[in-house]
Amino acid sequence: MSAFDKVMAARDAKKPTTVDFIENMFGDSFFELHGDRRFGDDKAVIGGLASLNGMPVTVIGLEKGRNTKERMERNFGSAHPEGYRKALRLMKQAEKFHRPVLCFVDTSGAFCGIGAEERGQGQAIAENLMEMMTLKTPILSILIGEGGSGGALALAVADEVWMLENAVYSVISPEGCASILWKDESRAADAAQCLKLTAQDLFKLGVIERILREPKVEDKKIFESLKMLIARTFEKNLSMPVDELLEARYNRFRKIGDCKNEK
Amino acid sequence: MDLFTFLKPKNELEGASADTELNRPFVPDSMWVKCTGCGAMLLMSDIEENDKICTKCGYHFRLTARERIKLLADKDSFAEFDADLMSKNIIDFPDYNRKLKSSKLKSGENESVVTGRCTMGGYDVVLCVMEPGFMMGSMGIVTGEKITRAFEYATENMLPVVVCTVSGGARMHEGIMSLMQMAKTSGAVKRHSDAELLYITVLTDPTTGGVTASFAMEGDIILSEPNALIAFAGPRVIEQTIRQKLPKGFQTSEFVLDKGFIDAVVSRKDLKVTLVKLLGLHNVKRAGEVEN
Ligand SMILES: [Zn+2]
Repeated sequence: MSAFDKVMAARDAKKPTTVDFIENMFGDSFFELHGDRRFGDDKAVIGGLASLNGMPVTVIGLEKGRNTKERMERNFGSAHPEGYRKALRLMKQAEKFHRPVLCFVDTSGAFCGIGAEERGQGQAIAENLMEMMTLKTPILSILIGEGGSGGALALAVADEVWMLENAVYSVISPEGCASILWKDESRAADAAQCLKLTAQDLFKLGVIERILREPKVEDKKIFESLKMLIARTFEKNLSMPVDELLEARYNRFRKIGDCKNEK
Repeated sequence: MDLFTFLKPKNELEGASADTELNRPFVPDSMWVKCTGCGAMLLMSDIEENDKICTKCGYHFRLTARERIKLLADKDSFAEFDADLMSKNIIDFPDYNRKLKSSKLKSGENESVVTGRCTMGGYDVVLCVMEPGFMMGSMGIVTGEKITRAFEYATENMLPVVVCTVSGGARMHEGIMSLMQMAKTSGAVKRHSDAELLYITVLTDPTTGGVTASFAMEGDIILSEPNALIAFAGPRVIEQTIRQKLPKGFQTSEFVLDKGFIDAVVSRKDLKVTLVKLLGLHNVKRAGEVEN
């Protein structure tokens, strides 16, 4: 598959969304929590409590919707500031109760619009980046489709970041990149190649820890093994002293990009 | 176009250097310049003497990093950090090597930010100033690294930090590595903040994208120069997404002040005095003072 094939696969409307992951992994144990307590309830972000094989966890995800009606309701998974603030509220709550946080990322990007700017889209994302870096409980983020720039990163400052094998994660969409670089959106496939945005590229660059097999909604076994993997990771991170966990999280991002002074 | 494509929000175009808003002119090297703010023809030397502010309408022309350091740091006090740190083409992005070379020539800088330590009205501070002439202040790995190191130095030495931003956003030529700098710098800011140290940001025209969505908006106190573009998504991107013209004054410093996201709009003339006043209100060490 070319990089652009992966982009198309990541955007495929038929692939499992955050809601599918929640239903298949947590079933009836999931209890949804709404609202940012400041402005409203952004339906592009779904969050709540669930039991992971008996372990209480906070689950937060960007949800694109599974049919046209849902997609409209969920703004195609593009969150407003209140969505990121809802996510942060639930993370702080998780910290209080020493629950690990599991994030699912699937968005073409944070929403670009008048309301989003008026309510501080940049500030909302910035605050998440800062607060997640020192949140005193384990965080694991899984990119299950599109990882669109700052809007994805705002749920992906974590101890580990995993990606499905056909997910993508990029600073800019291939179309946007092509239109800036060559003034030609139709060269998106070339741009996708240049951006190094596939799970395989990102693993090589040291930006993610693990590549996961693509699950199908009917494939219960894959969700079961994913649950085991997540539970093991949380158990390991819960047993670490908090200052060591935060030191490791800081260094995970600190070391990205090789920088040495000349001479 | 089907309904799905039509309704699908466009991606945030971070690093969108093609944005016309971002290409407002520097003062060109000719005798006369036309003011972008009021259209008046101004004598170059008059503006130079006036901190590059229009003598007719108060329009703030862009400053280079060195000009701004000269404006803010006490005379000859600036000691630069990591001046030799240079970006590499880590993901083999087409044409990036040439772009880096021409940006260095154009700006005379090795990267889009200059960092160092100086005194400001006698107070010891770490000062980071972004350079608009270097790929429109876009954030690459080295930008993120220099800012991170500056914050780590400040945390270690218990110093306040002042960062002056000007940026088109993330640098797409470094792909995901550029995006990761948002998290990296935010982590360093958080540690500095947790050490109960002061961080002041000064937003200048334009501050957008990944810089807005990270260290620019993380200051304890956020100032801005007048009439600067302060945005997450640039106006063109929003217009393309919502398919309508934006109201006049949208995303200016004054607009962002009104919406509650910055503390004050400060004229360049008053910037240093304001910073010194704020430093004075925070028990910041004066140079030469010994800690007990
Ligand atoms: Zn003027």
